[in-house]
Amino acid sequence: MNNLLNFTTGLSLALVVLVLVSVRRAHIRVEYSVSWLGAALTLLVLSRSRRLLEDMARFLGIEDPPLAMLLLVGCLFLLVLYRVSMIISELKDANIALAQRVAILEYHLQSMHEETQRSG
Amino acid sequence: MKTASGPDSLLILVPAFNEEAAVGQVVREIRQVVPEVPVLMVDDCSIDSTAAVAREAGAEVLSLPHHLGLGGAVQAGYKLAFELGFQYVIRIDGDGQHDPCYIPAIFEALRTSGCQMVIGSRFLEDDSNHTSLARRLGIRFFCLILRPILGKPVHDPTSGFVGVNRAALQVFSKSFPLEYPEIEALVVLQRKAFQFLEVPCRMRRRMGGRSTITALKSIYYPVHVLLGVFVNVLKYERRRRRKQP
Repeated sequence: MNNLLNFTTGLSLALVVLVLVSVRRAHIRVEYSVSWLGAALTLLVLSRSRRLLEDMARFLGIEDPPLAMLLLVGCLFLLVLYRVSMIISELKDANIALAQRVAILEYHLQSMHEETQRSG
Repeated sequence: MKTASGPDSLLILVPAFNEEAAVGQVVREIRQVVPEVPVLMVDDCSIDSTAAVAREAGAEVLSLPHHLGLGGAVQAGYKLAFELGFQYVIRIDGDGQHDPCYIPAIFEALRTSGCQMVIGSRFLEDDSNHTSLARRLGIRFFCLILRPILGKPVHDPTSGFVGVNRAALQVFSKSFPLEYPEIEALVVLQRKAFQFLEVPCRMRRRMGGRSTITALKSIYYPVHVLLGVFVNVLKYERRRRRKQP
């Protein structure tokens, strides 16, 4: 169990560092880093606090605390992925509307240009 | 294309993606059948010379800056038609499968029936020669699903040969399904208490190019459409219930 907890600690620390570096390099925007950092820090706290982990396992009715932690990890990352899907969907809708608007404006511009050439 | 004028202003909308082999002939045929009616080809960022061929054949071209898929392309055309004030829009695919000689029949039905949408249906006169067995079975499946939702039978819900009036145009300008839009669009209209009508027409083989529905996508297609139908039913049912005191 200790190995698993240590591995989880290392993984969560690596995730925190990776996200912070990505934010600093502007690969991830600050607002989208929050859910990743939240998930990583939750994992870090759970993997370092055996009592908290055992309480949580008891609360969930799971005999094996590492199994409870794995379940929580899965749930946390599902939530993060869900949020990312929502963001992608919003961005796609905005992108489509924008592309359509650009096409329509270009069309109007072209029409005006042709009109001017005809009258001039 | 000037702003539409008159109570019967009609625009023919031709969405196309890499259809240089067919779109020129399609536009020329449309112009033979309805010479006075403007034709707008929506180029979904083709990598071939679709836009140039359509322009040469006499169509106006609305060029999308990147590939949006069929629904996004059709909606862009609907938005422009609505802004320009057109009363009716008939959509005809750029691959040549829809015979433009049926445009007057669809237009007449749109003007006189009071329906917001008119579908050119290949199955009203049992013209299913060019439709594969798998596709026919799929269409039959969707007909069965849609029957209780729409409250009346529909024979060809996947037909892209569709005319809409200004009321439907307004709805579709704001909200239109992006992928495989035909079936979902029917559900959206029905939930808005709009009516549709089918008129018989014959479909031809595509003149060139490739269908966007590949073997893999034909598995994904029914799942996507079923989910879209289900979501639309739920969405509008909830709104209807909210409006009821």
